Amino acid sequence: MNENKPILSINNLSKRFKLRGGKLLEKQQILHALSNVSLDIYEGETLGVIGESGCGKSTLGRCIVQLHKPSSGEIIYKGENILNKTGKELKQLRKDIQIIFQDPYSSLDPRKTAGAAIEEPMIIHNLYTPKERKEKVLSLMKEVGLDTQHVYRYPHEFSGGQRQRINIARALALDPKIIVCDEPVSALDVSVQAQVLNLLNDLQKKHNLTLIFISHDLSVIKHVSNRVAIMYLGKVVELCDSKEIYTNPKHPYTQALLSAIPPESPFEKKVQIELKGEIPSPIGEQKGCALATRCPYVTERCTKEIPVLRDVADGHQVACFLY
Amino acid sequence: MTEKKDLLGIEAQVEMLNKERKSNNAWNKLKRNKTAMFGLVIICIMVFMVITADIISPYDPNALDLGNAYSKPGVNGHIFGTDEFGRDLLSRIIYGSRISILVAVGATLVAGAIGLVLGLISGYSGGIIDSILMRIMDGMMAFPFVLLAILLMTILGSGAVNVVLAIGIANVPIFARIVRGQVLVVKNEEYCNAVRVLGASNFRLLFGHILPNIISPVIVQATLSTAGSIISEAALSFLGLGISPPTASWGNILRGGKDYLNTAPHIAMISGFFILITVLGFNLLGDGIRDVLDPKMKK
Repeated sequence: MNENKPILSINNLSKRFKLRGGKLLEKQQILHALSNVSLDIYEGETLGVIGESGCGKSTLGRCIVQLHKPSSGEIIYKGENILNKTGKELKQLRKDIQIIFQDPYSSLDPRKTAGAAIEEPMIIHNLYTPKERKEKVLSLMKEVGLDTQHVYRYPHEFSGGQRQRINIARALALDPKIIVCDEPVSALDVSVQAQVLNLLNDLQKKHNLTLIFISHDLSVIKHVSNRVAIMYLGKVVELCDSKEIYTNPKHPYTQALLSAIPPESPFEKKVQIELKGEIPSPIGEQKGCALATRCPYVTERCTKEIPVLRDVADGHQVACFLY
Repeated sequence: MTEKKDLLGIEAQVEMLNKERKSNNAWNKLKRNKTAMFGLVIICIMVFMVITADIISPYDPNALDLGNAYSKPGVNGHIFGTDEFGRDLLSRIIYGSRISILVAVGATLVAGAIGLVLGLISGYSGGIIDSILMRIMDGMMAFPFVLLAILLMTILGSGAVNVVLAIGIANVPIFARIVRGQVLVVKNEEYCNAVRVLGASNFRLLFGHILPNIISPVIVQATLSTAGSIISEAALSFLGLGISPPTASWGNILRGGKDYLNTAPHIAMISGFFILITVLGFNLLGDGIRDVLDPKMKK
């Protein structure tokens, strides 16, 4: 792992969705899905992105693969801002950055066989001869643990775990450098989750992949990631090594989040930090720290200024005025 | 296929795979569908009739024989009897199939093709293009169907091809609406996003992924439309805008026969029966094709 050279840098990325008012002449409102997210992703690492529903983690993933057009900010890959690319350049770029979707049931075309789905990316990019493609499909299927006899089967004939393996094989077909995993296991059974996670781990080592692993499951993130970014209401509030986050969480939100993990033994005493109230709405103007309304350590400054992500220890970044 | 197994040798595996692929082949699936094959047989008979009308019809379809008018079926060698002018009904049915099948298939193809393209463009691009196209379609739908067809016939002039065009164009909005609605649903499915991320062109996404997933309701509409077109052609002929009178079509035989339901019911019944059978054939085949295209229907 080369810690010094980021493979992908996200700088001040923001995504605002415009909401059309339901009524005539109603004022258009703006939903801040991502506000000023900055992250560096290093080659070969797994960056876990964690947060509750609606905090913008999927939006972040979709912005990276350019399914959403970010409102502002830049994503630097190989020294160039990939958000400016269009046409052929964009297509070339897509070879390097792939995504695995959350729902294995809807992310495969129901009318394409498993083999056809895995072969498609190679056809789109005009790689290899037809015969080589067929061979590559079979070797990919073997690699992700699918029976090669199933190449002519349709998605509905597979289980959730198998479908997710097809998705992984499809993403791998282009030999990408970076794969965004958008909650790839949250729709699967716990036993199957472990298999798919281990598969991703093995593939990462074999192909030297960089994974951006989005999840809301703390134990999954702990299992897979090297570094973890905690998101809250469209902002990254804490970023550090995955070990550090479980032993030394700094941001009040992270502390509360981690205290929600049930203790492993019934005799273990655990203080639960409860956050009172609801998440503030991401719609409309954003003012002050997003956690200010719920934070136990809130000060006056928190309600007026937006804290930025700062280095507080070696590689440990927190967006909070306490540090 | 490169993998070796102890129980199944490579050849056995390849054979199994080929068998599976073969059984999933569209034509083989259709062959297993008995009702669809029945529909196909009916259509084949009709097409045979269209092609060989000159050879198989026993009489000249337009030869008058007033002395033998209103003959019952089977009388004087007229298998289906004769009509109000003594013309042989079997011959007229056989010649009429030319017009009726041409209109039924042609108008549906015209309507389906234009409607599909407009619906795909409209649903996929959205925004202003969608609004403009759909308002035009709404405008066309607001006109009664026959009025619209009459308008088009007046512009195009009479003749079989123009009947096809007029009925086809009048049917376009229905197809466009169905296709657009389906595209709106399918285009935001996750698998379409997945294909976008892979770098696929809009063309590939539209015709490789969206089209196959929206085709079922279009096929159902097409089978309905073939039936409707036969009747529409009769309506236009009746108004003197379609096929000019001496030329036979099933629609105008039926129209003619309705005046003599009391005295010679066989005229309307036989021509009606042929329309019914043909429509049934198209419906059965259409259902079969829809099932074949759906991978979830394996048997």
